This record gives sequence, C-alpha cells and structure tokens, in this order.
Amino acid sequence: MVSLKELIKQESTKPELFLAGSSACAGCSSVLALRWALKALGKRTVIVSPACCANVYIGLWPKTSPAVPYINMAFAAGASAAAGVVAGYEALGKKDINVLTWAGDGGTVDIGIQALSGAIERNTNFIYACYDNEGYMNTGTQRSSSTPKYTVTTTTPLGKHMHKKDVAQIIAAHDIPYVATCLATDPVDVYNTFMEAKAVHGPKYIHILSPCAPGWRFDVSDTVKMGNLAVESGFFLLWKQVDGRMEIKGKSLKALDKEKRVPVKDYFKPQGRFRKLTEEQISEMQDWVDRRCDRMARRLQSEADL
Amino acid sequence: MKTEQEKEQTIIMSGNYAAAWGAKCSKVKVVSAYPITPQTTVVEKLSEFVDNKELDANYIRVESEHSVMAALVGSSMTGARSFSATSGQGLLYMTEMLHWVSSSRLPIVTTIASRGIAPPWNIWADYTDILSIRDCGWIIQFASTHQEIFDSILMAYKIAENSEINLPYFIVYGGFIQSHTSKPVRIPPQKLIDDFLPQPPKDGWGHINLDPDKPITHGNLVMPEQEYLDFRFLMQDAMIKSKETIKKTINGFNTKFGRNYNGLVEEYCCEDADVVVIAYGALAEQNKIAVDQMRAKGCKAGSLKLRYIRPFPTEELLELFNGKVEVIGVVDRGTAFGNPTGGPISTEVMSLLFRAKRKVKALPCIWGIGGRNVTVDDQVGLYEKLLRIKNKNEYPTDETCQHGTVWMGLKIGV
Repeated sequence: MVSLKELIKQESTKPELFLAGSSACAGCSSVLALRWALKALGKRTVIVSPACCANVYIGLWPKTSPAVPYINMAFAAGASAAAGVVAGYEALGKKDINVLTWAGDGGTVDIGIQALSGAIERNTNFIYACYDNEGYMNTGTQRSSSTPKYTVTTTTPLGKHMHKKDVAQIIAAHDIPYVATCLATDPVDVYNTFMEAKAVHGPKYIHILSPCAPGWRFDVSDTVKMGNLAVESGFFLLWKQVDGRMEIKGKSLKALDKEKRVPVKDYFKPQGRFRKLTEEQISEMQDWVDRRCDRMARRLQSEADL
Repeated sequence: MKTEQEKEQTIIMSGNYAAAWGAKCSKVKVVSAYPITPQTTVVEKLSEFVDNKELDANYIRVESEHSVMAALVGSSMTGARSFSATSGQGLLYMTEMLHWVSSSRLPIVTTIASRGIAPPWNIWADYTDILSIRDCGWIIQFASTHQEIFDSILMAYKIAENSEINLPYFIVYGGFIQSHTSKPVRIPPQKLIDDFLPQPPKDGWGHINLDPDKPITHGNLVMPEQEYLDFRFLMQDAMIKSKETIKKTINGFNTKFGRNYNGLVEEYCCEDADVVVIAYGALAEQNKIAVDQMRAKGCKAGSLKLRYIRPFPTEELLELFNGKVEVIGVVDRGTAFGNPTGGPISTEVMSLLFRAKRKVKALPCIWGIGGRNVTVDDQVGLYEKLLRIKNKNEYPTDETCQHGTVWMGLKIGV
C-alpha cells in the first residue's frame, strides 16, 4: 500500500500512459481513474473497452490518449473480447501482458453481464474494471440497473423505482480470486487496488464508483467531494474479497459505525439527480443504507469469528 | 518408412469432422465455440483434439455465440490464427460481431452447418442463416462435398490471411445431410499442408497487432467527413480483389494436392446448354444427375453451381448469359421475404440479366426449405418447366408457383 506522498514522488518521473488532451467532460472521474489504473498496470497493458464514455473520451479519430494498445469493442463484448486477447497471447507464448477490460456500468451490469460472468467462470487471467457512473451517461443519462432508486434520469423522469444492482457481490459469488470496490476520485485507492489485482493470477474484478458531474448534476468542481460523500455516507462501501475473504477498506470503516456515518441526505442534496426525493423517500433510502452497512458489519464480524 | 507427417491418410468421417480436421490441419491457435445443432460435433471433435494435445490451440468454451465472435476478435488481433463453427440461430446471435470482425479486417475462418431459422424449430438444411448475413463483409463459400469442407478450410486461411485481402471467411454446408453423413476424406501429409499454409507472421497481421511496444488504438469514433466512407470502400475493394486471389489459391491447391476445384462457379454441361439451373450447395451437386437424365432425353440442359456468393461471380454469370443459354432457373435454399423473388440469390443473379448482351429468360425457384427433400425427379421437373418457357414461352401456373417464383413442394397455394 503506497501513500499519496510516495505515489506522487514515484510517479512524477515516469511517462504518462494516458496522454493529455482527452475529450472527457470537465470534472470526469472515470478518466482520472483510468490514468491512475494505468500507472499501476504499466506499459505492458492492453485495454479492451466496450461501448462507454471511454470510447469517446480517449479522443476522436485520428487522435487518441491511451499510450497502450486500446480496442474499442461492442457493448456486450467487453469481457469476451478480452478473454480472446488473453487466449491469443497464451497461445503465442506471450505471458507478461496485462489485459484490462475498461467498461461502464451499462456494459457491465446490463448488456455485458453474461460475457463477464462467463469470462470469470472460465478463470480468464484478466482484470475487468467497471467504472460505475450509475447510468448511461455517454448516451445522455438514461437509467441502468446500476442507477440508484429514486434517481431522475432521462428514462426515469419521475425517478427510478428499483434499487441499484450490486454487481460486485454477484461477481464475488463466482468464487473469483480478487474482487474489490474502489473510488475513482481517490487516486491512491485506484492505484493500490490495481497494484493488488495485477499480482493475482486469474480473473480480477474492480468496481469503481465514478461520480459524473453532467449525469449526477453537480458542479464540476465537486467531483472529489461527491466521491468522498458517497463513501462517508455508507452509500457506497469500499471492500475487497481476496480468495473468498471479505475485508472492508479503511475509508469505509468509519461509515460502518452509525454514529460516524454521514446522513445520506447530505450526499443527495448537492446532486440534481436526487432532486425529486420526498422526505419520506430520503428516510427510506437512509434505512436502506443503514441495513446494508449493518449487513456488511455482521458479515465482517462473522468472518472475524471464523 | 514414411512418418505420420509425411503420410496421406483416408479417413471415413462426417462433414462436421471434416471441418474439425480442417481446423486441426490448419494448425489454428485459438478456437472459440458454443454448441448448436447441427454444428455440435465440430466443436466436440475439436475439444478432443485440443485436450488430447493433437492440436496445440487454446480452446475458449464461451457462454454464447456473441462471445464466440468477440473472443475471436480479441485472439485474432494478437495475430493468432482463429477458428469457429456455428449454425442457424447461433450465427444470427453473433451477427453484431461478424461486422466487428470484417470491419477490423481479421482473417478468421468459420464453418457453418446451415439450418432453418426458428420458429418453428427447425434444425435441417436451409441456408437462410448464412443468407441473412450475406452482406456483413465475409467471404462466403459453399462446400458441397466432405472433401471440399476439409480442403476449403486450408484454402480459406490462405486467402483470408493474404494482406491484400484480410477478410474473414465462411465455409457453408447443409445441416445433417452433409454435417452428419459419413464419407471418405483424404487428409494430406501435414508437411505438405504446412508448406501450403505456413503459420502467420510472428508480428501479427500487417494492419493490426496488439503489441504494447507499438501501441495502437483501434476503432475510435470517426466523424462523417473523415475516412469512415473510405474504410468501407476498401472492404468492397478487397472483396472484388479477392476473386483473383481465390482463383490463384485454388489453382495452387489443385496442383499441390491433386484436386480439381473450380473457381467462383462450377459449370456442368453449360457450353452448349439452352436451359441452365443456377444453384448452390449440395443440391447443386445433386443437380448434375438431373442434367445427365435430361441430356439422355436429348435436351441441352446444364447446371451452374455457385461456389461463392461473396464475392459474387458477376463475370462468370455474364459469360454464361452472353453465350447460348436461353432460359435460366435460379434456385435458392433460403428466403428473403419481400424482395423481388422471395429468394436472395435469385434476385442477385437476375439483377445481372440487364447487363447481358442478349435476352435470357429466368425462372426463380426456392427449394429444400427447412430440410425438405429435393429428389432428382424434382430437379428434372424444374428443367421441364424451363423447357416449356423456352419452347412455348409458358411460365408455370400451378399452385407451387406463387408471385412468379416456384416454391418447390409448396402445399398451400394462395
């Protein structure tokens, strides 16, 4: 685990693998996460990216930001195409290349979940990273199954009726060697998570919460603040499961303590997407967060008892 | 004594096994497949080859056909020779990725044991599967014998991997009647095959190679005024140019392995024929018997088998039309609802008639749908219809002829 200070010192002299001049929106946290993920993975990395914001923010042809091979891929094919790259390299005897799928939540929790589940079940040696901006942001903020309940999107103009699908837990149920959640707005978390994943053989899944200023409707200068609030309120839990053993990450430890948990309304308030929530709905969502935090605390306790 | 590598063997095998043997002898590096009737025994045999280490390949047993073709996009982009096999619904399910393959110009070879499209469920020979996706930028060849299935795979990689072409390649044969019947297949010495089809270059295909030392980005968004149009033209250009490469490759193969394959079409008794049936697949092979019977009766009948529909044998067909033929019957084993004839290939063949220097009459026909049996007698019957058009200008009016097309064996008229 490297600290921010060490990380800055260590990385400042190395060449960038995600070059300046990308076409990301102002305040984009996904592009920030990709940049720091690549710092951890290094030059010998290939990215497969199904339809998502990244297909656009890497740059319009003939310009491009990634300084590693990058394939734009069909929406449902992020994991399967990466599995093919892994198979090709294995068959040709090339062993030192990290294969990374860089997908949005739509390409992961909706259209891509079958291929993802398949690739993990087949023990594909790759990293699948989902940057979760909780909706189809690239196509103009439509709901995905990763969109939280009561969120206003262009396809849920009165607010979504269902809860967010917890895909990281679905993946964890595959008995995968490494699964973690992390926060796009925390480069140290991103860097350390990808460093850990890189060292594991087999399928690795990383779920990255990526605050999105235009989609969530907050000021572009508040991206990092939104990420922090998501974690401090317990709305998004940072954890990892390595070889079946669940651990909570430091930043989320505080949120498990009800006394120290920031009220969820503080997280909702600065975001235009939650503007239609009634007081009742906010309190329902607070209950939902509390129950999830309690469930995680009980799980951690039961693992500690083992 | 000759070693295994130097011996030719003759093995009795199914059409599907011939496809698996073709992939094995092409020394493919990555196989990805999903089971579907009637293709299944191809992927079973390949699993056996890989698990017994008779084939040094990575086999990705994916969870859907969409993932099959996506996986092969990935593997082929690393420069690994990649193979799959599918049928009917499976082919339709991979459609999106078929375009991804051709537009990425990846030399992937896939065999199709064609079957009818559901509903209702139908697993028997019918080419509507491949015909539905005929315009997605793959070379499409029909193989009408077991030997041809095997041999075509070797030629397919040679053609597809040619850097002037770099187009993916389908080899198509009928479900069950070809996939599950057994015939002797001659497997040439592996040394001879390796000599004909060497392994691809270590640094991948010329235009794409996923190498971190030489990073490229593939497929970024292109604005309308940029080169998208030009990329598309280059695919059509490669299709047209592939005609020569196909012919050259077939000639080279014939010489090296002592075979007798034709080019884009195979003509049977066409030189002096005044009625010719144009068809594809195994029924076109069977149609030669009908020609023999017509010839025995003194009728100048001929048969033209389309070995390829992509690229389309335009020049060969125009040569036929500019010769002596007076009436053609153009047969589809597949449907294209709402198009001028109801059959996709008859429409394409007949569209060339306006470029012929002389008037040729035509009768479109649809046969063998959903595996419906077509006998030699049925095929003789079609020639008799053509003769009535030739001699009396009488087009068929019975209940099997609807909207100008003969639906052979149709039970309900309209």
